Amino acid sequence: MVESKNISARIGRIVIHTIVISLGLICLLPLWNIVATSFSSSEAVTANAVGLIPVNFTTETYKMIMEDMQFWRSFGISVQRVILSLLINIVLIVLMAYPLSKSKRVFKGRNIYMNLLIFSMLFSGGMIPTYLVVKNLNLLNTIWSLVLPGAVQVFSIILIMNFFIGVPKSLEEAAIMDGANPLQILVKVFIPISLPALATVALFSIVGNWNDFFSGLIYMTKVSNYPLMTYIQSLSINIEEMLKSGANANSLENMMQVSNKNLNAAKIVVSIIPLLVIYPLLQKYFIHGIVVGSVKE
Amino acid sequence: MMLPGMIFLLIFSYIPMFGIIMAFQDYIPAKGMLGSEFVGLEHFIYMFQLPDIGQVFRNTMVIAFGKILLGTFGAIIFSILLNEIRLKILKKSIQTVVYLPHFLSWVVLAAVVVNMFSLDGTVNQILNFFGLEKLNFLGSNSLFQPLLIGTDVWKEFGFNSIVYLAAITAVDPGLHEAASIDGANWWKRVWHITLPSMLPIILLLAILSLPNILNAGFDQVYNLYTPMVYETGDILDTYVYRIGLLGREYSFGTAIGIFKSIIGMILIISANEMAKKFTDRKLF
Repeated sequence: MVESKNISARIGRIVIHTIVISLGLICLLPLWNIVATSFSSSEAVTANAVGLIPVNFTTETYKMIMEDMQFWRSFGISVQRVILSLLINIVLIVLMAYPLSKSKRVFKGRNIYMNLLIFSMLFSGGMIPTYLVVKNLNLLNTIWSLVLPGAVQVFSIILIMNFFIGVPKSLEEAAIMDGANPLQILVKVFIPISLPALATVALFSIVGNWNDFFSGLIYMTKVSNYPLMTYIQSLSINIEEMLKSGANANSLENMMQVSNKNLNAAKIVVSIIPLLVIYPLLQKYFIHGIVVGSVKE
Repeated sequence: MMLPGMIFLLIFSYIPMFGIIMAFQDYIPAKGMLGSEFVGLEHFIYMFQLPDIGQVFRNTMVIAFGKILLGTFGAIIFSILLNEIRLKILKKSIQTVVYLPHFLSWVVLAAVVVNMFSLDGTVNQILNFFGLEKLNFLGSNSLFQPLLIGTDVWKEFGFNSIVYLAAITAVDPGLHEAASIDGANWWKRVWHITLPSMLPIILLLAILSLPNILNAGFDQVYNLYTPMVYETGDILDTYVYRIGLLGREYSFGTAIGIFKSIIGMILIISANEMAKKFTDRKLF
């Protein structure tokens, strides 16, 4: 593009930079405020003195978290859930996307399976019947109630299927000539070639499972079985109980203030660390994956 | 190869669909689905007679529509502006930061939002500084919907801009050069080149977002609302959860759920057809 050198263009540039950088800061600063809060003393937090720099710097809250057994139990459940789900999701995605990437002539029942998948995305029995199925399978209060209902990720299957369709035919033919069976072709040809797309769906699986609090809420009846997000969520739910017991808006607001705001902030910070570790590693893949997968010709 | 996946699909997607029978029954958990008494459309009739339901339905539409409209605008404007940033490292770091909120859960972000918008929160401190009245964002029926829409736009605009950025990068630089030589300034080039070339993808995404008109965001509302703002904050999903699951009105909750599913399905299919017709592309 031709760079214009006149003054109005230069001012325009400054304005654009200012707007874009402010938008970036608007995304960052509220999160940074939580980090600063977690390192501040509770007096400073109650007095609303914390901005972007911790006031009366202390690591007391983090020491308290170290002793919070339920926090770590929930953390462990979440880690377990993410790993199990990731394995199951990826295996099922690959196993289902590969046959579906074949044409109707090669794979006779393709359209029937495809329609079943799409229909399950369009229509569901809803929250309550799904809950009853999980309950009747005796999965309540087990890790499987968090993992299995989300085992088949239809959207990810379609994304990977589209990626597989784009794999050059000659690669597959060469493998067949060498005497490879379909499973070998899948593992040795298709999977290595689609690692970026698989990284994208892996990120979706990890993020979705780590962040989900709702299945924990409905499928777990004991707090000791809560995954991390459900546990953190339950910390704030007491407020609703207070309201029901007749507390008015102002006293509610006060209660929220004196509660361990900095401790909750620290819990939140610890809970997002795993995501912050994975996210930059996969960022370069997911942008590509989303652009390829969002739209189908 | 399809077998394992199909089994899971059968159990957790198709078997629950039989649960829709419940909506036509007076479901009593102890008797099960086979033993409960059939009552026909009673729950659906009851649903349409409830005074709340119109309100809940309207809230859902307003919140979802606001999010789609403003979210799209925000993402488009942001992607156009970001594209003007030449400094690679600045561009990359801004991208990293604005994508980030998308990956955090509403459980976490609700704490951030409460921190910002509570009576003693940062926003009210700023308002106070300028001598303005404090606003009770989280407890006021008139401010709660704008808060939901605004914070959702904040969470998603960066992530949504990914696709638009890709569309902008695909524009032939020759067009911009030619326009510059003809004396077009930045505004004119954005208006006559960048935006028209983004139009197909904007149209496509707008059409495909249509089915979400009944999904106003359960996680967000659930984590932010209090009984004070049920009037404007309650959406279909939170309503089903409160009445159906917490209130143990299984049949009634299922009836509302089905109502939502059917409308959603009609919207998805028509969106797909519209996308095929207007943009030659489709979701499935």
